[in-house]
Amino acid sequence: MLIPGFLVRGKVRRDHGGEGFRASDIGAATARVLLCLGEMGAEYELVPVDFFTREQKSPHHLARNAFGLVPVLEDGDLLLFESRAIARYVLRKYKSSGPDLVREGSLEESAMVDLWLEVEAQQYEKGILPIFFQIMVVPVLYGGVPDEKLVADGVEKLVKVLDVYEARLSQSKHLAVDFVSLADLSHVPFAHYIMATPCASLFQSRPHAKAWWDSLASRPACKKVTAALLT
Amino acid sequence: MAVKVYGKPQAVCPQRVMHCLVEKGVPFEFVLVDIDAMEHKRPEYMEKHPFGQVPFIADGDFELFESRAIVRYFASKYADRGPNLLGRTAEERAKVEQWLDVEAITYSPCAFSIVFNLFLLPIRGLPGNKGEAVASMEKLDKILEVYEKQLARTKYLAGDEFTLADLTHIPVTRYLVEHCGLAYLLDDKPHAKAWWEDVSSRPAWKKLMSFVASGASFYAP
Repeated sequence: MLIPGFLVRGKVRRDHGGEGFRASDIGAATARVLLCLGEMGAEYELVPVDFFTREQKSPHHLARNAFGLVPVLEDGDLLLFESRAIARYVLRKYKSSGPDLVREGSLEESAMVDLWLEVEAQQYEKGILPIFFQIMVVPVLYGGVPDEKLVADGVEKLVKVLDVYEARLSQSKHLAVDFVSLADLSHVPFAHYIMATPCASLFQSRPHAKAWWDSLASRPACKKVTAALLT
Repeated sequence: MAVKVYGKPQAVCPQRVMHCLVEKGVPFEFVLVDIDAMEHKRPEYMEKHPFGQVPFIADGDFELFESRAIVRYFASKYADRGPNLLGRTAEERAKVEQWLDVEAITYSPCAFSIVFNLFLLPIRGLPGNKGEAVASMEKLDKILEVYEKQLARTKYLAGDEFTLADLTHIPVTRYLVEHCGLAYLLDDKPHAKAWWEDVSSRPAWKKLMSFVASGASFYAP
């Protein structure tokens, strides 16, 4: 089924060794959106926003997102930002084209998806983002050395979250419900990054969390998008 | 069986949930969790809420935490009564979700840093971090400039109707305005100021503030 194309404006990274940039290199929030579009088989055009020239703060981008952030979705006249809001919109609108990832047919199931998506945004990302930034971004983009205290603080937060996840996933195959949902997929971009660092052990040492990650990572849409993430 | 809301009535996140219930005319019982005595970190509570936070709700057998998941649940469950809090089309709903996320990820962390350092710590006799508060106030001012641009185009954040996206902002903004002296940040932002005056005058919000002040446990519409 052909789905009308979305236009996604997202972050791309310049190839740090060379001259140009690879349009396939995408940031985590953009990846979150592309993952959902991929799950639904939706066509889209990815338009790079060049952070190296601060294009995100240019007047034409600020007209789309006054906070100067990416990704931004354009679907006809609709302009939307915040990756999780975009994801919800895409998954709701095209739910007949792919798996039911927001569970709108059940009040309680959709509430559980909302709950674990809030946990991902509020608890999980607060732990994992500083780890990612210090270990993967600071040395590569700034030529600096990771701040070990910030990494340790992130690890401490992430450990608490993963302990809760381990307990939850021993009761349920996925976080919100037994079937995969947006709440699970939203974790993928940063989890993928972390797997390339020593902090991968935080997942690997927890059998249910490990199995959960392995099943997400093996989804065709996930494989396609994570191949384009900075490593 | 009435909805049970667990938390502290003065706390921001339980107030979001209670406000939503009052808007929808849903009765509830408020069950105190004594945050000051660290009751939310005790094993009995953490069995319900694994992150040891408030609020937590029980709607019959169904249990939920995370205030923004809870308000979405009640707004959906009671879509047929009270104000429409979720938008009327897929596009309107998407805008509600967008501004809910802006509140959660951009607005509230900044606002909380100010409230924590200028109000919560001082009333416990502890020194707040003034530097952090000032930095957050500068950030909040810039955030409010973006809100001003949006509210010059639409009456409320997600469109021309009051929705969850406005509702979730109210409790922490009240603390900023009434307890941290930050009303002046709205003085050069006429649309944001009008929006604040409008949403904070809603009858349901005023009813909730009376309920909280009364110390009552049961709310009946």
